[in-house]
Amino acid sequence: MSEELLKLNKLYVDYKVKEGYLSAVKKVSFSINKGEIFAIVGESGCGKSTIAHSILRLLPEHNEIIKGNIFFNGEDLHEYTDKQLESIRGREIGMIFQNPLDSLNPVYTTGFQVAEGIMLDNVSKQEAWNRVINLYNDVKMPDAEKRAKSFPHELSGGMRQRVMIAMMLSRTPQLLIADEPTTALDVTIEAQILNIIKTLRDEYNTAVMLITHNFGLVAEVADKVAVMYAGEVVEQGTVFDIFDNPKHPYTKLLMKSLPRKAKSEGRLQTINGSVPRLTENKPGCRFENRCPYVMDICKIKDTERRIVTESHFFNCHLEKGGE
Amino acid sequence: MNDSPFKEFLNSCYKNRNFMLGFIMVLSVVIFAIFAKQIAPFSFDEAHPEDILVSPCVEYIFGTDNMGRDLFSRIIYGSRITLQVAILGAGLQLIFGVTIGLICGYFGGLADRCLTFMADLTWCIPGMIMALAVVTIIGTGLTNAIIAIAIVNWASYARLVRAKTMSIKNQAFIETGISFGEKPLAIMTRYILPNIVPVLIVTVSMQLPGTIMSTTTLSFLGVGSQPPTPDWGLMVSEGINFISRGPWLCIFPGLALVYTVFGFNILGEGLRDLLDPRMKSQ
Amino acid sequence: MSEAVIELNNLKKYFKINIGIKNKKAYVKAVDGVTLTINKGEIVGLVGESGSGKTTLARVLLNLTKPTDSHVVFNGVNLSKATSKEMKKFRTEVAVVFQDPASNLNPRDTVMNSIMRPMILHGISKKIAKQKAIDSLELVKMDSRYLNSYPHQLSGGQLQRIAIARALVLDPKVMILDEPTSALDISVQAQILNLLLDLQESLGLTYLVITHDLNVIRYISDRVAVMYLGKLVEFGPTKEIIENPKHPYTEGLMAASPILNPHDRDKEKYLMQGDPGSLINLPTGCHFHPRCPYYTERCQNEQPQNIILSNGHQVTCFKYELFGKNS
Repeated sequence: MSEELLKLNKLYVDYKVKEGYLSAVKKVSFSINKGEIFAIVGESGCGKSTIAHSILRLLPEHNEIIKGNIFFNGEDLHEYTDKQLESIRGREIGMIFQNPLDSLNPVYTTGFQVAEGIMLDNVSKQEAWNRVINLYNDVKMPDAEKRAKSFPHELSGGMRQRVMIAMMLSRTPQLLIADEPTTALDVTIEAQILNIIKTLRDEYNTAVMLITHNFGLVAEVADKVAVMYAGEVVEQGTVFDIFDNPKHPYTKLLMKSLPRKAKSEGRLQTINGSVPRLTENKPGCRFENRCPYVMDICKIKDTERRIVTESHFFNCHLEKGGE
Repeated sequence: MNDSPFKEFLNSCYKNRNFMLGFIMVLSVVIFAIFAKQIAPFSFDEAHPEDILVSPCVEYIFGTDNMGRDLFSRIIYGSRITLQVAILGAGLQLIFGVTIGLICGYFGGLADRCLTFMADLTWCIPGMIMALAVVTIIGTGLTNAIIAIAIVNWASYARLVRAKTMSIKNQAFIETGISFGEKPLAIMTRYILPNIVPVLIVTVSMQLPGTIMSTTTLSFLGVGSQPPTPDWGLMVSEGINFISRGPWLCIFPGLALVYTVFGFNILGEGLRDLLDPRMKSQ
Repeated sequence: MSEAVIELNNLKKYFKINIGIKNKKAYVKAVDGVTLTINKGEIVGLVGESGSGKTTLARVLLNLTKPTDSHVVFNGVNLSKATSKEMKKFRTEVAVVFQDPASNLNPRDTVMNSIMRPMILHGISKKIAKQKAIDSLELVKMDSRYLNSYPHQLSGGQLQRIAIARALVLDPKVMILDEPTSALDISVQAQILNLLLDLQESLGLTYLVITHDLNVIRYISDRVAVMYLGKLVEFGPTKEIIENPKHPYTEGLMAASPILNPHDRDKEKYLMQGDPGSLINLPTGCHFHPRCPYYTERCQNEQPQNIILSNGHQVTCFKYELFGKNS
């Protein structure tokens, strides 16, 4: 049995807004094991990035209320002081973002920026540099020596994302949080980056928390998937559970709205309506207004967890989910 | 749901302290100007030869000047001049600046280069000196002073409008507009201009104090308003001769000027908070 | 034989740029010799990575920028020589929807004004225009109560619907859709794609859909054109291109396109290396040769010609010289 690395226990995140509180994340629990690629997938505004940011305490200050626990290696991150958390950030948990240009300092060479992190561990300059070149080779950077001496603006989007991954790897983190890592990249580059993430997981046994709206990425690399809708995890399971046997009406409809066929084979399924405003903190299922199977109980009572298999569950009043 | 942006804007205005204070101050000046006849106890040029250089008292709250004219009344009437300066000055600068900025930003090319060069040129010469030079050429007088200041100040509007135009003109709604047949003039006036109005309003209210001050300075130097116009700058300049016998002759017009300029200034600051797109994150 | 709506013959669009402090003049060959025919009533997909010149091609087609060489022929009219009357007609017959829902509409205009504007510009009375605006909103399945809303009050999907509604009011024959769904969520994407297909069928429209998403292309288009660094490398029926890509670049693109079934992940696939090059430092010969697994010395020195294979499948690669005839 593999070891549990990160565990979220009933996490709630509320943002303070003009009209009161916006419940961005509601009662989210899941755990990520060592060496596992765990995808959180959902449409924009479903709270997937908020989860990632709340783990590393990167949310805008004084604007949110976090309830629930985040355990990392068995320790509750909420009890950590800011200083303790800083020692985990980047070292134990690395994070890469959608736009790597924002995360790189434009006035230093990329190699230097990666080496800087390595030198924090009292490593000599020469050795740090050698390690940088090795890391660049690990992330399949073409022309590693030359690229290490390049400035961020001289690199393409794909190369910058490689630099970010190399920088994260230099500290050999146990968990890599990748927030939409390939959204800004072209498909051919996206495929390359995914391939790197997969190989690195195999080589370093790093767990990856992949946050994306793209089901293509999920199908390609994820082991486990949590599907989020309006701040809640509606269904969770292995990638095969979710793709082959979706249970929650939302997941089911979403799977049918993916363009995998030609128009001659029939139209795509659509989901009518739109996401409710999350400021009204009323009980009931949040998908109720768009659900084709809606019942009276959905509007008044919070959903129940339905277990399908040991690895697969969904939250719905329907015992068998949408048929 | 269907709140127009204007209504939303009004709501946020109430909550902005800078804006409200500035608005009230400027509004008071406007009211003084409109109802000068009703508010002022005397006419601005009514001399009382028996009451020369009377210090502030019940009859003349701000005292009288060397010709026995009531200073309070003159200051009230002076607000008309100041507002005239503000409106005419800002209007002229806007017409020059916006037209040139739109043309430069939208068409680019040679026209842009020539006009930008001219704008740069006006920035190379200290404003006051250039304004004095212009007034010397076109003659003294308040209107000419306003024109001179406009000739000095248009460049900053032109630059702002040019930069904004260039960033907006590549947006999808402009290209869509062209693709269903909009002409350049319509693109500039219907599509680009409305989108830079908020920035322009802010800039105008931030620049107005400067315009008022420069025009007042010209009057102070004797090339702007001519006596007996109750121009505050001119009044300060005249009062200087009597600074030891009647210091109020300089103090009160000066305070009136400070009040107005300060009013416009914080109004501008309030407006910037309200209208600046960076503050309005959507 | 179907009737051609848009014909391009060796179309070129170069931009002059200055490089570095020395102001060295250089050309960006954004569109370099594209030959393409779009027939009435079909949906043509245009695929390519960023910097492949696909958006520039769209801008040339819309006559937003003049081509450097050759010309666009629309319904038999050469746009470079069109009279102002012909141009006005062209403006009503071609409509466009761009990618970013937020910037597709003038943020200072109400939805109603935005939709009515093209009609008023082309001399339709206000009353009729208003009725038509309501009708067109109905056409894109939106409630007419949104007419008085401002763009910032609406969601991305709603804005995109309104942009489509506005594009339809002049009864266009052709619509150019530049990444119409890439800024939208999956469920909304499906709505918009279905809407576009319904409209195309009921109104007999012709679409040029520009996107980088091959799954969208497969769903929506009849024929696909693939661009790489300003050149059209392959063009043919969608089924052919998806199932049997000929050009090595198309092959790589197909392999890289996200699978939508996790059972496919173990399939052996060809991972294209390298970055999409830049239009400024174009490789010599075939632009694709630095990334091509099959390249020979000839690819470095010579530019391949268009080769027509069977039933309208054309490809620009030396590999197929023996199979087809040069065009």
